[in-house]
Formats: sequence, C-alpha cells, structure tokens
Amino acid sequence: MSRKTKNIIELTGIYSVIALMFVVIFYPLLWTLGLSLNPGTSLYGASMIPENWSLVHYEWLFTNPRSDYLVWYKNTIIVATATSFFAVLFVSLVAYAFSRYRFVGRTYGLYAFLLLQMFPVLMAMVAIYILLNTVNLLDTLTGLIIVYIGGAIPMNAFLVKGYFDTIPRELDESAKIDGAGHFRIFFTIMLPLAKPILAVVALFNFMAPFMDFILPRIILRSPENFTLALGLFNFVNDQFANNFTRFAAGAILIAIPIATVFLLLQRYLVSGLTAGATKG
Amino acid sequence: MANKEDTNDVNLNHSQKKSHNPKMAAILSIIPGIGQVYNGRKIKGSIFFILFAAFIIVFNDFLNIGFWGLVTLGEIPRIDDSRVLLAQGIMALILTSFAVTFYVANLMDAYKDAKRIQQGWKPSSIREEFRNAWDKGFPYLLVGPGLFLLIFVVVFPLLFMVFLAFTNYNIHNAPPRHLLSWVGFDNFIALVTIPIWRDTFFTVLSWTLIWTFVATTLQIALALFLAIIVNDPRVKFKRLIRTVFILPWAVPGFVTILIFSAIFHDQFGAINRDLLIPLLGFGIDWLSDPFWTKIALIMIQVWLGFPFVFALFTGVLQSISSDWYEAADIDGASRWQKFRNITFPHVMFATAPLLIMQYAGNFNNFNIIFLFNQGGPAVRGQNAGGTDILISWVYGLTFETQNFNMAAAISIIIGLMVAGFAFFQFRRTRSFKEEGKI
Repeated sequence: MSRKTKNIIELTGIYSVIALMFVVIFYPLLWTLGLSLNPGTSLYGASMIPENWSLVHYEWLFTNPRSDYLVWYKNTIIVATATSFFAVLFVSLVAYAFSRYRFVGRTYGLYAFLLLQMFPVLMAMVAIYILLNTVNLLDTLTGLIIVYIGGAIPMNAFLVKGYFDTIPRELDESAKIDGAGHFRIFFTIMLPLAKPILAVVALFNFMAPFMDFILPRIILRSPENFTLALGLFNFVNDQFANNFTRFAAGAILIAIPIATVFLLLQRYLVSGLTAGATKG
Repeated sequence: MANKEDTNDVNLNHSQKKSHNPKMAAILSIIPGIGQVYNGRKIKGSIFFILFAAFIIVFNDFLNIGFWGLVTLGEIPRIDDSRVLLAQGIMALILTSFAVTFYVANLMDAYKDAKRIQQGWKPSSIREEFRNAWDKGFPYLLVGPGLFLLIFVVVFPLLFMVFLAFTNYNIHNAPPRHLLSWVGFDNFIALVTIPIWRDTFFTVLSWTLIWTFVATTLQIALALFLAIIVNDPRVKFKRLIRTVFILPWAVPGFVTILIFSAIFHDQFGAINRDLLIPLLGFGIDWLSDPFWTKIALIMIQVWLGFPFVFALFTGVLQSISSDWYEAADIDGASRWQKFRNITFPHVMFATAPLLIMQYAGNFNNFNIIFLFNQGGPAVRGQNAGGTDILISWVYGLTFETQNFNMAAAISIIIGLMVAGFAFFQFRRTRSFKEEGKI
C-alpha cells in the first residue's frame, strides 16, 4: 500500500514538473502568436487572446509597399544557401586533410583552430569593417557571406575532422591500393560516409543567417540589403512598443519554418555533435 | 623508394657520391633553387627560383610600404591614413611569414635531397617527381582555400584588433585627420589605474563571471534534472515531452529574446500586468533596476539554453547500460547513490567538452545582453550599462563611444581568458591524446 502511494506521489510530482515546464515553454510562444493576431499595432492594449482577431499584420508584411519583408526573406535565403554550401565544401576539404594526411603545420593547425573558434567574430568587428570597406564589399550580401564562411571554418572543421577520424582508414587505404586517386577517395568514400555530420554543418550554417543580427548590423547599411533578423530588429528597435504586433507576425513567420526543420533534424544534430566531440 | 633495378647502380656509385655535400646544397639554396639544381633536380630548382624571383618583384614595394607603415603608422596627417597603413603592415607580416616558411622549407629540402644523394639515392624521373609532388602537395591543396579565407576573415581581423590595443585610436584621435601612434601598454595600464575605467572594468568583469557561472550552471542543472525525470520508465509520451522541451532551442534566439523583453516590459509587459500586479499588488522594474534585469537575464538564458544540454543528456542517459543499475539494486544502493556513482559520472564524462563550450559561449553571449536591454539600465559613475558583460561593453565602446583602443585592449583580455580556460580543458579530451596515432 505504502509503496503504491509513494509511486503515485512520485509520478504526480514528475508530471507536475513537466506540466509546469510546458507552461513556461509555451507561454511566450503562444503570447507572441496571440499578439500577432491583434488588430492594433501597439503593445499597449494588445492582449494574448484578442477579442476580434485578424490577420492584418501578416497581410501588411506581404502587401504593404512600405514593408521590405519579402526582400529580407529573399536576402536571408540567398545568404543562408550560399553560406551553407560553401561552408560544407571548404570545411570538408580542410577536415579531410587534417584527418588523413601528415603535413607541415598539421598539429599546430589543430591547436590554432581550437583557439580561433573561441574568439567570437564580434571581437574583430572594427577590422572586418575596414577590410570590407577597402575591398568594396561593405553593404553587400557577398561580404556578409564571405565573413560567415570564414568564421564557420575553425569550429566546423574540428567537428568534421572528429567524424572523419571515426571512419576506418582501411577503407580509403584499400581504395588507394585499387588505384583510386586522392579526389576519388574523397568524393566516393569519405563524403558519402560523413553525410550525417555534413548535414549538421549544412544545417547550422543555413540557420545562422536567420538568427544572427549583429554581423549584418555591422556590414549591411541599406534596408534593401537587410536580412530578416536585422530588419525585424530595426523594426522593433525604432519604436519598441508601437510596432510590436507587426514584429510578432514577422517573427512567427520565421520561427515556424526554422523550428520545424530543426525539430525534424535534431536527432541527427545531437548524435553528430556528440560523435564529433567525444570520439573525435 | 629505390627500384630494384637501381640497386646495382647505387652500389657502384656509392663512393663517388660521397663528394656530394649536403651543407653545400643548403648554402647554395640561400638563393632558392640553386641548391636543388646542384642536387641535379633542374626542373624543381627552376620552379623554386622563379617563384622566389616573382615574389620579390611583385611584393617588394608592398612589403616595404607595409613595414614602414607598421613602424611609423604614417608621417603626414590627412594624407597617410594610419588605419590603412596598419592593415597593409599586417598583410605584409602575414605574407612575410608565408615566405619565411617557404624559404626554410626550401633550405631543408635541398639539404635532405643532398644527404640522400650522398647515401646513394638517385633523383627519380620527371614523371615520378610530378607524382610525388602531387601526393605530397595534395593536403596543402585541400587546406589552401579554407586557410586563405580563414586568414582574411578571422586571423587578419584578430591581429588588427591586437595591434589596435597598443595604439591611441579613439574619438579624439581618429584617422585620417590625426595620425595614430604606438603607446605600448598604456591602454592596459589605464584600464586598471584610471578610476572610471578601473571601476567599470572590475564591475563588468565580476558580473561577467557571475553571469557565466550562474546562468550556465543553472541551465545544466535544470537540463540534468529534466532529462532524468523524463527518462523514468514510468513516464508516458516521452517523445512528445522531449520534442516540447527542445522547442526553445528550435525557435531563433533573437526572436525569443525580443519577445521576452516585451514580456518583461515595466509598464506593458505581461509579467507585471497579468501576473505580479493582480497577484501581489505591485510590479517589478525588470528593465530599469539593474538587479532585477540581471535576474530576468539569467532566467531567460536558462529558458533558452537548457534544451541543448537536455538533448545531449537524454542521448547519454539512453546509452547507459541497465546492468549498472541492476548491480546497484542487488547491492541495495539508494536512489541518490545510484545517481551519484552511476548516472552523474557517465553523463559528465560523455559531455564535458560540450559543457565547457556552453560556459565559453555564455561568457561571450552578446545577443541576449544586447537584445534584452542593450546592456542597460545605465548606471551612474561608470561607462558601461548595469548588465553589460565584457563583450557587450566592447561593442558599446566601439560603436557608441568610439574608444577603439580600449575596446581592443578589453577584447584581448576576453580572448586570453576564454582561450586559456578552454585550451587547458580541451587538451584533456581524447581527440588530442590520440593525435599521435595518425
């Protein structure tokens, strides 16, 4: 009897903790959704459960000539796709060299990567600004993409190198004996086997431009070049309380696709991360 | 790699080759290529020589101006822009270090080949030489493009920042109107001696450390607790619960932080308006009282950060073999003992490097500090906001008050702290211990 009671009490405890966490997690998200459906534009007077809800803000984002939302969305997708593609390319090449070849500077290179990934790009913002200015890439998406790719190399190369190390060397050695060249081994053996971690790298670098607003803020000047994060940030920053419901609508439209992709792939992501970090 | 047919020749020629002198080859290689020609490798030698000559011809002027600029930082105000000169100087440094590496490699190459010739080795045919060069050069080819990008986007800016910390670049002394000059360690000394800088620096530093420690540890503790209770065999709907718990990680961070700053808004925020005032009768100044802003920041960071750790822990918990717990049950271990001696060590061992990254990440977590309240509220008697951590203070110094020299000095301190700590910890992980095997 007492054991059964204890069991029930414990389970109730567990479920109430879980329920509490559900409330804490869902409250801000649902609050935003509710707010985005309010007809007024200001935070004051808006409520989580609007009495006469409407989709005016969503409509405004897409149709109003003063809204750059679609341009921002397009810019972000361009930046995200380019960054993700080139980051995977460069990172896998570098990681392959570090995992399979001995060459001058290899060990120091690894240490250097570890150190460099600790430094946020933010610390060097003045220099990046001056550098991009001298090569005329300031206020261009290309400049932003280049900085993203360069910044992605140290951290991701380390992850991918760790994963490559777990692929048995016998595989590529036997291919070499069969007469396969360096690139052939790389493209037909290493890359297909490393798909999980490459997917992680691609996903990370695809999502970064959706989430990052500080680099775009330093590099991009004109509103037609903004990415979503920067555009939305300026949106609320100018008149915080007054544009909030529109911001909420814009935010929901970013959060839903990103969160969906993320939840679908997160299993991949966690296993890739732990494999790279512990086995590497 | 002597072929079998060559073995006879090697023996025959052995005495003759004694005259071939490795030191001579190395000395001749002071002009790259000559030593290789002396070794009988004419094509390789001429390629080396052409590269060497081209480097000198193309970069001579650039290096000259670069080093002159790096030393003097310009001589005529308004015409010489010290920032550009500094940038050129750093490029010159990077180029030179590459050239020196190549040069040393050339000397060693000449010496090694000559030594092998002395021992009776014959230079291989041109075809084989190309094959060898392709095999040996391949890793450099792989690393090349990435390295190039890395140098220009990461290494160059970081070096620039390091150099800036030793100049007097601020709003009163800004190029091109004024010239910069080298001031040695003055900026670092100012940081700990001039009262306003010293007070701000130590206040910000201590809050940064508290923030890093408290926010990250709470995040990890909550994640561990939730991972364990959700992993309990009696709990149903595990998949659903886990998906919901990962949700805060899935929503872009800047969106949630901005939403939270509205929820915590002093007048219109939901927390004050819908929760505290109806229940307690008063609201809290979440955005204008430094203490409450800090509390709010920590709570938000825990909300944002626990899902990642939760996902990691869940993965590890599922992989712990149940044999451990069965054996513990037979020995009559209590639940706490099982946690302390089985679960906790397993989880920590598997995730330690990633947890360290969490601490390092929060140490430099610019986004949350800046987006929530822009480092504010302002505090009297210091030039950083009440909740500024080091990195957001650097941002303020750079883009708001244009104290570039001080910002750079503080950046160096941040860099040293994070790098030192992380480097020390990472050396213990397996990836470095196994390094020698490859």
